[in-house]
Amino acid sequence: MANGRGVGNDGGTELVRLGMLAALRGLTQAVLAPAAGIPLLVLSVVSLALIPIGVGVFLAPVTLLAVRTLANQQRAWAAEWSGVSVPLPYRPEPATSNPLRRLGWLLRDPATWRDLLWLLVNAPVGLLLGLLPAMLVVYGVEGVLVAPWLGQVIFYGWGPFWPLDDWGLAGIAGCLVLGPVMAVAGLRYGPALVRAHALVNRSLLAPTRGALAERVRELTETRAQTVDASAAELRRIERDLHDGAQARLVALSMNIGLAEELMKHDPETAAMLLAEARSASGQALTELRDLVRGIHPPVLAERGLDGAVRALALSLPLPVDVRIDVPGRAEAPVETAAYFAVAEMLANVVKHSDARRAWIQIEHDRGRLLMIVGDDGTGGADPAAGSGMRGIERRLAAFDGTMAVTSPPGGPTIVTMELPCALSSPKI
Amino acid sequence: MRVVIAEDLALLRDGLIRLLEAFGFEVVEAVDNGPSLVRALVNRRPDVAVVDVRLPPTFTDEGLRAALEARREIPGLPILVLSQHVEQLYARELLSDSSGGIGYLLKDRVSDVSQFVDAVRRVAAGGTALDPDVVAQLLTRRAREEPLQMLTPREREVLGLMAEGRSNAAIAAQLFITEKAISKHTNNIFTKLGLPPSEDDNRRVLAVLAYLGA
Repeated sequence: MANGRGVGNDGGTELVRLGMLAALRGLTQAVLAPAAGIPLLVLSVVSLALIPIGVGVFLAPVTLLAVRTLANQQRAWAAEWSGVSVPLPYRPEPATSNPLRRLGWLLRDPATWRDLLWLLVNAPVGLLLGLLPAMLVVYGVEGVLVAPWLGQVIFYGWGPFWPLDDWGLAGIAGCLVLGPVMAVAGLRYGPALVRAHALVNRSLLAPTRGALAERVRELTETRAQTVDASAAELRRIERDLHDGAQARLVALSMNIGLAEELMKHDPETAAMLLAEARSASGQALTELRDLVRGIHPPVLAERGLDGAVRALALSLPLPVDVRIDVPGRAEAPVETAAYFAVAEMLANVVKHSDARRAWIQIEHDRGRLLMIVGDDGTGGADPAAGSGMRGIERRLAAFDGTMAVTSPPGGPTIVTMELPCALSSPKI
Repeated sequence: MRVVIAEDLALLRDGLIRLLEAFGFEVVEAVDNGPSLVRALVNRRPDVAVVDVRLPPTFTDEGLRAALEARREIPGLPILVLSQHVEQLYARELLSDSSGGIGYLLKDRVSDVSQFVDAVRRVAAGGTALDPDVVAQLLTRRAREEPLQMLTPREREVLGLMAEGRSNAAIAAQLFITEKAISKHTNNIFTKLGLPPSEDDNRRVLAVLAYLGA
């Protein structure tokens, strides 16, 4: 950006660099606040007004999400430019493509309305705070380089000296002193002004106490669901063990005991009982294996999400393209949730979709694990109808993850799932 | 025949040693972790190794990795991998150097002693022993495809047993039909799938597995 013109020391260079940077950032905001903010505000109001006649139902989500994009850009800039963290206040996106339900989700979220209020406030505030740093610098420089000299030739003035003609030498001296003071003040306080704008934005774009209360409610709910789900899971495991492997082992030891008794007198029956015992042990092992797979697939422990998803794809009766780009490992619970989410979606593909092929894409971007499962089947999957999909949605929600399903009749079905997570040590 | 065994659970390790010795194998070394397995394989050069997939220190797929590493140093070193669960992914990795002498079985299969010993001998002789579960997965995966649809149920059964690595004689014994009938089936299968016929049992198995995409 700007170099330290005419300033000898590093502190000066840094002052000019930061000041010019702030001036440029301010100008960006000054342009954006009215030029993007006002049209978006007008469009939002119009599309909201059109909801009663139907068009708005489709239009409003588009404009409101565009507003969110602009607001998110402000959140990112506040953090990047001024170190002001502005958390996201929005409610989690529902896993539905039903336009009315999506509209409801947007309209019921107070953050949507605060976004619109922000557009209104930001138009003048962003313009003013944005222009100030650059204006101070430019006007200050003008006070040194242009005004005092031009003022001698034509009717002209600068700052308090208006017109300069009337002030004579005092005017020139005043310009030469006040100009630099103003320019340096612009450079010195530019970053502070940018930060002030970020703070104004935070006051409207960060979650309110109400939103925090909402978040607590949401966490309480997902926690309760998680606790319920794991209790149900434990009950299922207990039942499976009790009725399955355990019962078979009892039968097995009975058979072996009987065979032991019969060994001398009736070796033929004893041999038969032993053969039965062996097949019972085989069945018990198969059941245990299936049970283990359902709790935590061994290949997931051995190879992580990458290998486990590839192994899963290979075991399906249809070709599955797998693209995974995750440079590291997520926490074990997140990996397990991600694996079972993908597995459930693939099981649905096999069971319901009549697809000829499917594909999986997993990547990690900006602290989120993104998983997309698609197929070329008949579509018409409804997350609200299947308990499997709802279960996965709940399981993901426990990690603040989300799921979105698009599945028009006739296909294709695409399920997009996101899990916030950090990655540990990169893959070897 | 000289065998190296890798199994971390003492109970199973002793069981395997007892079983193999009862059938005339000489267990030259029994280890319980990955690094010593690689050393044992490279130093002892056994006729065959029986290896558990999951071993210390990581308790992940240490045994599998050790087996693959040893085979990179000694190509074709016969290794029979045992596991509590079978994955096509692992089968594919084991078979990838297509030099034979590979077995991959569920641990449960050990309970059918004569079949298990047969599998160990087959692997030692450079053959293949692939678990029926893996083969079943391979077959379901390709089941909808044209050439496999053309096979009769009997031929599909024979194809499955071939993919497991069985010889004609073994398949005949299993299905209670003559060896001649089996070779008729195998010829039909090879024609229908468009594979070049081969008299060599091991090469035949590898061709079938390559066809099935293992």
